Parts: sequence; C-alpha cells; structure tokens
Amino acid sequence: MSYIAILITYIFINNFIFTQFLGLCPFIGVSKNSESAIGMGIAVTFVMGLASLITYLVYHFLLVPLQLQYLQTLSFILVIAALVQFVEMIIQKNSPALYQALGIFLPLITTNCAVLGIAIINITQGYNLMESFVAGIAGGLGFTLAIILMSNLREKLDLSPVRKAFKGVPIAFVSGGLMALAFMAFDKALLTNLLG
Amino acid sequence: MGQSHVKEFTKGIFKENPTFIIMLGLCPTLGVTTQVVNAIGMGAGVLFVLLFSNIFISLLKNIIPSSVRIPSYIVIIASFVTIVELVMHAFAPSIFEALGVYLPLIVVNCIILGRAEAFANKNTVIDSILDALGMGIGFTLALLLIAALREGLGAGTWTLFAIGSFDGVVEIPILNQYPLRIMTLAAGALLLMGFLKAFFNWKTARNKG
Repeated sequence: MSYIAILITYIFINNFIFTQFLGLCPFIGVSKNSESAIGMGIAVTFVMGLASLITYLVYHFLLVPLQLQYLQTLSFILVIAALVQFVEMIIQKNSPALYQALGIFLPLITTNCAVLGIAIINITQGYNLMESFVAGIAGGLGFTLAIILMSNLREKLDLSPVRKAFKGVPIAFVSGGLMALAFMAFDKALLTNLLG
Repeated sequence: MGQSHVKEFTKGIFKENPTFIIMLGLCPTLGVTTQVVNAIGMGAGVLFVLLFSNIFISLLKNIIPSSVRIPSYIVIIASFVTIVELVMHAFAPSIFEALGVYLPLIVVNCIILGRAEAFANKNTVIDSILDALGMGIGFTLALLLIAALREGLGAGTWTLFAIGSFDGVVEIPILNQYPLRIMTLAAGALLLMGFLKAFFNWKTARNKG
C-alpha cells in the first residue's frame, strides 16, 4: 500500500474513533474545550508515531528471533509505558512551555487504546517500518481531527437548550454518532477512485 | 457474609456500573457488541483478568513500592490478558477472531487498572474478589444489553453458542425482515450509547428526586 493510501485510510476511512472506537475515553473525556482537545490530539499523534516505530523494532528484532511472539501484548504495553514516561521527561527538560500545554495529557496516553491498538494493527497488517510509522501518524491525525471536531461541537452544545437527561456525555455520544454517520461516506471505494 | 461484603459485590452491578455510571472501558464495549456471542466472550475475558489481577494486587499490595506500582499493575494485568488470549485462541478460535484487536486491548481497559488503583491496593483479598466479581458481572451485563439491542435491532438475530443441531442463531420475527442496519454499524453504536446513558441519567435523577 502506498503511503498516501495509508494516510487516507487511517485518517478518514478507518478513523480510529468513528469506525473502531479506539481512544473513545479521551474523545469523550477531553473534548470539553478546543484548546485541550488540540493538545491531546498532538500528544497522541506524537506518541502513536513513536510507538509504531519502537514496537515494530521490538517485535521484529527481539520477539521474532527469540520466538516470543506470544509476549507481544506484555512487551508492547511496557514499551509504550516507558516511552510515554521518557517523552514526558524530555519535554519537561527541554521545553517547559510545551510541557505546560501537554503535561497533563501524557500520563493518560499510556492507557489510550489507540496507541496499543495501532501497534497491534501494524503487526497484523504486516506493515514494514516506514508503513508502520505512517500508519501511526495517520491514526493520530485521525484522532486529532475527530477530537477537534467534537470539541467545537460541544462548545456550541453548551449554549444550546439540551434536555436535562441528555446534558454532557449522552449528547456528546449522540453527536459523535451523527458524525460517524457522515464519516461513513469515506469508504474503500474512495481510495480506488482517488488512486486507481 | 456481612452486609459490607454484599455491598462490595452489588455496587459494581448497579450503583457503580463501570459502563453506564462510571463510563470506563468504552472502546471494547462498543467495538465488540455487534453480536451477542462476542459480548459474552469479551465479558468473560474481562471478568477473568479483573478477578485475578485484583487477587494478585491485593496480595502484593505491601510488597510493591508505591513509586513503581502502576508499571507493576500493568505487568500483572498484561500477564493475565496473555493467558486469556492463548486460552481463547486454543479453545474458542471463532470468538478469538471476532474479538480481534479488542482482546489484547483488555490490558488498557480502564476498568481493570482503575479497580487495581482505587480498590485492590487498599483492601483485603476477599473484598477485592467480591469487587472484581461485581464489576466484571456489571460490565458483562452492560455488554449483553448493548449487544442484544444492537444485534436484535440491527440484524433481527441473536447469535449465541452453537450446541448440537442448534446453530446458535435466534431469529427475531418481524425485526429480521426489517432490520435497522445502522445499529450494527459504528454510528449506531455511538447513538445507542448516548440514548442508554441518557436513560440511566434520567432514571438516577428520578430515583433521587
């Protein structure tokens, strides 16, 4: 698959939120205002790209030669947890301003399904190193797109008259569902029409 | 069994239901509920991992230094998830295939880490077992409800286990002729979840008032 096809697939066609529900907790939890949504999106994209690279290397150069593929889940989550911690330390040391903006989101990312999800999807799809990296970035961008759209919608929803039982999370789910309905317009046929 | 023990068990099923009240672990909740049988498989997997990680964490709570407790919990949880993966791959390959990426993702299911951090590292083994059973059953029941609604409305069937000559598919008359296809798709899952959460909000508010 070409890189552009992978980008389109993971941003639009297989959008992590709207088709696979990966990363739904932060999508609902951190989408109350657009500033934090952008911060969360950037942090997730960054970690997903890095995690795709590192889990690829761990899988193909450590687990496969030692025939320990069954330790995939265990080793991936440890690598991701260590990576997130490491990124947090580097950002804190080198860019206090960025740390101010992203700091609170980083610990949450370890338990974000999207990060472990893309690591596992890369292995099951048989992507090579570069394809894994592009898929990771694209998955992160798809997440960012979804969470930014959602936060803008929710800022508007705060000002509209919503029934009491629907206030907050329920209406967020319903609007998320309607957005997912719109995203159904992006399907596999789009890819063949665009790239032949 | 005292009053407090019973409460540890029942709170997870109703008052603190992980799916509808606390809203944790949503990715698998919506991802696997296209068929009833997948919901049962996922519920059983989570229940097993939750039970054993709660037992081990409450046993080891005085040994694990608090500065490395989260990574330790993750290792314990990931070990049990690997056991579930291997067992399901061997004995229930069709469910293993259907659950796909969501099965290893039990590791990052917030319910399990949440119970470890909020309950098992402060309480006795017995209470932790009861808490895990309650939360696990509450999660499974929530999955069953969502799956029954989604598959029932969306396809007009309920897919259960195949036993003998029974192929495991229950047909629902009328609905299987005029299914609401959207319910089995991603958009329907999000819509349904919104309406269910609104229903539970309304019910809680009415019980209080």
